[in-house]
Amino acid sequence: MSGSHRGNLRRLHVAVDSPVHRLDPAAELVGTVAFAVVVAGTPRHAVAVFALEAAVLVVVVVVSRIGARRVLARLAVVTPFIVFALAIPFVAHGPRTEVGGVPVSTEGLWAAWNVVARTTLGATAAIVMSATTPLPSMLEGMARLHVPRVVVAIVSSMVRYVELLAAQLARMRTAMVSRGHDPRWLWQVGPVAASVGMLFVRSYERGERVHGAMVARGFTGTLVVSDRPAVATADWVAALAPAAVSAVAVVVWVVGR
Amino acid sequence: MTRSDAPALAVEGLAFRYPGASGVVLEDLSLRMESGERVALLGPNGSGKTTFVLHLNGLIERQVGSVIVAGLPVQDGNLREIRRRVGMVFQDPDDQLFLQTVRDDVAFGPSNLGLRGAERDQRVDDALAAVGAAALADRNPYQLSGGEARRAALATVLSMQPDLLVLDEPTSGLDPVGRRELAELLVTLGSTQLIVTHDLPFALATCSRAVILDRGRIVADAPTRSLLEDRELLGRHRLEWPIGFDLAR
Repeated sequence: MSGSHRGNLRRLHVAVDSPVHRLDPAAELVGTVAFAVVVAGTPRHAVAVFALEAAVLVVVVVVSRIGARRVLARLAVVTPFIVFALAIPFVAHGPRTEVGGVPVSTEGLWAAWNVVARTTLGATAAIVMSATTPLPSMLEGMARLHVPRVVVAIVSSMVRYVELLAAQLARMRTAMVSRGHDPRWLWQVGPVAASVGMLFVRSYERGERVHGAMVARGFTGTLVVSDRPAVATADWVAALAPAAVSAVAVVVWVVGR
Repeated sequence: MTRSDAPALAVEGLAFRYPGASGVVLEDLSLRMESGERVALLGPNGSGKTTFVLHLNGLIERQVGSVIVAGLPVQDGNLREIRRRVGMVFQDPDDQLFLQTVRDDVAFGPSNLGLRGAERDQRVDDALAAVGAAALADRNPYQLSGGEARRAALATVLSMQPDLLVLDEPTSGLDPVGRRELAELLVTLGSTQLIVTHDLPFALATCSRAVILDRGRIVADAPTRSLLEDRELLGRHRLEWPIGFDLAR
């Protein structure tokens, strides 16, 4: 039933050693979110600031030793947003300008540029975070940032069991296909819906069994958080540095106009 | 409360009926185990084996009869200590290993017992070493093989230093090598064990005494070999040797 070749979520982590890997996960979480907030708040015409933010990220990627090629490959997840963004200049209203002989909306061009810049920067920050922090540490970081324990517990079980569920669904699908099931049209969706229902029942039963196994080991309703020391100041400084540098750049750009 | 000469487990006249169901699952079940004994609990599917073992640590509330673990009755008020004493290894390791790393899972029980820091770490290391799984400590339970997951699940209860180890169908899903390794491991652990199984060769390899549970009662209680040689008795309770297996070797 269980194999050793699974675990897609876990493959995000790149196991090398670097200053970024050694950062406290709680600090890194806050730093990543802060950086994303600053990127989101960067004025759309501040091209120089976006360039600086990109430069900061390049430094972080180099220091983290996760490899530029890997980061670029994972950036493929933003492709749909970029495709959407490229359409904006053609459909947006307002004054037009010519690009290669084709009239496009000036406002649309700026909007497209912004979608591309912001999603790329934000996604890269998230990629660095996920590649340098194993999932368990990320959950632990959440707990230490005083995210409610119930929320951490729910995310934790989801991470633990989602792949098990996916594998179960895949096995049911294989069993259906082996018996000649070949859904192509919406009205053939019945068996799929039934298998999802079956999966729900099985998951519910598993939930009961997992809880039983927890109670058998003395669980009384409180999950014990690990007794790791508080985040070191140096970690806070390092993790928040990219966001701080970018924020200063934004302020300078706004004041200097 | 606890007497050192008390039996490891004393079950008297246990009866149970699921709420709303018409038939009884357990009926006047009695079983006594001495400290250090390994007993195989055999029985066909639906004979009440799992219902019975869930009584041993109070996961199912007792209706009729008594369950006493090393002198301590299983009842409200004692459940915390009972759950420390009775280490229950469930059939599916995926039900037991619910945290992100094996180490966290092995530390879960000791944490619930109030242990922290170095003392808890020591328990975890000892339990993992006892099942030969020290190298698995930082792995995710999802990535373990069947045999590895079974050993990790065993470690999650050994870390609570139980007096009685209860294993529900420990060989399900294991390949022959995994079964043999598990049998060897259980024998070397040396603790009092109740092994629920219908894997007869496994029972013979691990337990000197075996009991058969059928229709909610203990219907046979004898040295494992002599009980397993009685094919007529086994047949009456829907138990049989794997095809082609010869006990007289």
